[in-house]
Parts: sequence; structure tokens; C-alpha cells
Amino acid sequence: MKQNVVIIGGGIAGMEAANQLQLLGYNPIIVEQESALGGHVAQWHKLFPDMSVARDVVGRMSKSIASTNVFLDTRVVSVKSSRSHYTLSLSNGVDVTTRVVLIATGFGLFDARKKEEYGYGVYDRVITNGDLEQWMNGCADSRIPESPRSLGFVHCVGSRDLKAGNNQCSKVCCMTAVKQAIEMKELFPDSELYCFYMDLRLFGKKYEDFYINAQRDFGVHFVRGRVSEVGEDIDGRLCVKAEDTLLGKPLKIHLDLLVLMAGMVCHPQTSKVAEMLRLDVGNDGFFKSRDNLANIQESNQDGVFYAGACTGAKTIPETLAEARAVALRIHSYFNNL
Amino acid sequence: MTDFGFSISKSATIDMDAVDMELYERVCRQVPSARICMSCGSCSASCVAAPYSGMSVRKVILALQRGKDVRTMLSNCMLCGKCSMACPRGVNTRNLILTVCRNL
Repeated sequence: MKQNVVIIGGGIAGMEAANQLQLLGYNPIIVEQESALGGHVAQWHKLFPDMSVARDVVGRMSKSIASTNVFLDTRVVSVKSSRSHYTLSLSNGVDVTTRVVLIATGFGLFDARKKEEYGYGVYDRVITNGDLEQWMNGCADSRIPESPRSLGFVHCVGSRDLKAGNNQCSKVCCMTAVKQAIEMKELFPDSELYCFYMDLRLFGKKYEDFYINAQRDFGVHFVRGRVSEVGEDIDGRLCVKAEDTLLGKPLKIHLDLLVLMAGMVCHPQTSKVAEMLRLDVGNDGFFKSRDNLANIQESNQDGVFYAGACTGAKTIPETLAEARAVALRIHSYFNNL
Repeated sequence: MTDFGFSISKSATIDMDAVDMELYERVCRQVPSARICMSCGSCSASCVAAPYSGMSVRKVILALQRGKDVRTMLSNCMLCGKCSMACPRGVNTRNLILTVCRNL
């Protein structure tokens, strides 16, 4: 009989791990709290660096696990652990017994309302990176004007922010801002675009090329300095203030739309899952790996493994590589039982 | 008007709404590589005039983007071209300086 592997989370990490585990001869069971697979990626429009359509990527992945047991709209309610097994009680009334649990719960998008000075949820024309992707996916958004003349992107919203409780860099937002700036310039060729950044952390393959394209071919203006406050004029336009730290002078500008690059924070269910399985959580709120160099996928509990952004901000290729690696790690775990 | 012996300081804030980008855009059309400056400072660090005069191609590009005067800085450039060699993005700095001067 095939061994069960319960995967908590049906985002790209969970789906890819399920696919690989299936190929290795296991019976993966995905427990997903939402009503569809795909997690955050399914909400996105296009993915850098190849501008792949996110829905196609998720679609292909779900197809590859078409025969996998998937429980949607389901959460883990409680866990009983014996010497060699975990019995997970699910919210749909099913109990599953397994030797291995794979945590693939991913991240949460920072709640931009916490940075009150940016006016998300207060001013009409302030949105987040996530909102913009959904709009690009065809969801109507009354906050986005018909023909904006000037648009701004604020990097590091809720990332590298001690006071917001998130010291970590979210890694992908610099690149997301550059990508979204290019996309908006393509949609609104007469508009001016401004990216407000502290550093540009464009570490990945092709990221720097995007930056150069944004500057050279799309005329995106990069202003080094963190936005300090946003106000709203009587006509609804935004007045944005920052310091131009390259010039050492305060700067202000009126914009028709401001996009906040909300960062990756730990998934809101992290502490609940950690409590049920007695897993260690780091001071960043993410699951704590046995170490952060060679054992990122190992937890402090025997038979519990991690994949993807549940242990920290990750790109899609990093997440997929981890999901594939963890499948092999689980395979060797079973072989050594 | 009565002179009270004091005045109001002029705001140092850069009002981007009022900045005239015409010169910057004109220069960029003639020297497209000006757009890809990433403000690393290699040009200023290698500049022989910089230590004595404050000349800096990085600052010239930024000043153009913010509508500031660049005449003083440019007047100190000796057109040696060292900055062109130092620039990692391949900005045609020497040509940029000449082009700005021509368009002033």
C-alpha cells in the first residue's frame, strides 16, 4: 500500500511536492484552506522574469496532480501524534494517519493598513501590489483611475521595517515594482512612473535587465528615498512626500495612483499549525528550520518537513526547487525507517 | 513695506510637479544611455576635477532630472573622459556632458 504524505497548503510548493511524491510512489494528500489550489500565485497576473501567465502556470501544475487527493476548504483542526504516526483531524470530519507531514503553508501578504502614513484603506487611490495584479486579471477596481497621468510605487511596505515587526527583506517586491511599472507604462504610455526605493535588490536572473529596460525603454523614474507620508488633495489626487536621499533634499509630488509593495510576512495560521505539531517558530514569525543553510526543509519534529515560503520569503523558482528537493528528502526518510 | 530685519527661508523641497524635464528629455533623446545611470558614483570617484570642484556626472544627471542648474558643475569638466571608462553601465558620459552644454 502506498504511504500517505499529508501536505498542508495547496500553493505551488504543495502542488509541486505532491507531483514529485506521486512520481516517487507515495500517496500525497493536500489540505488546502481556500476553495482552489494555487495560493498567492493563482491571484497574480504575470510572473517575472519571462512574463508567464500565472493562471497557466498554476493550471499546468494542478493538471499534473489531477489524481491526487485534495481537500479544499479544509483546515487541520487537531493533531494526535504517536511514536511513529501523526493523526490529523480535518475540518471536513476526515481523520488522516500519516508518518510524514509536509508544511507548505506559504506566506501572508503584509496588511498595508498597518502603515497608516501611506493611507491604504483611507485614501481612494492607494492600492497594493496584490490589488494591481487582481485588476490586471480583470477584477474591477474603482480606485484605479481611467487614465492616470502619474503613478508611484512604494518599495518595502512592511518589509525591512523593525517597527512593523518585519526585519526581513521580502526579496521579490523590488522586481515586482519594476515589472508592474513596465506593465502600467505599457497600458498608459503617456503617464510618468516613479519608484521610491531604499535599495534596489534585483538579485535574480534577468532582474537587472528589467531594471535597465524600465529606465531606458520605459523612462521609469527611480527616486532613492522611502516615502514618509501621503496626503490627499480635495480633488482626490495624492500628495506624496519623500526625501531624495541622493540629493539630500525633501521631495514632493502629486500622483493619481500609488501602489504599495506589500511584503511577505508569515502566514497568519503559522502559530496555530506550529502549536498543533509542536514546531519551532523563528523571531520573524516564519517556521524555524533546523538550520538556514543545509537543512532548511527540516523541522524540529521527526517526520515533519517544510517547503516554500513557510520558512521565509522566496521566489517561485526557489519554492519549486525546495518542493522537489523535499520530495526526495521524504523519500529517503521513508527508506531509512 | 516695513523691514522687520528677517525674512522667510525658501523651501528646499523639490516640487516634482513643477520640475521642467524638457532639458533632461532632450539630452536623453540625443544620448539615450543617460537614462540608465544607476547613481553608483564611479564617474565622480574617477573624476580628476571632482575633488577640487564638485563636478560629478552622477550629480549632473540627477540635477537634470530635478530641474536644477548644472552650469557650474559642467564648467569644471576638463573632458578627459575617465568617467566614460569607469561607468559600469556604459553611459556615454563625455558625450553627455558635451550634449548638455550644447543644449543649455
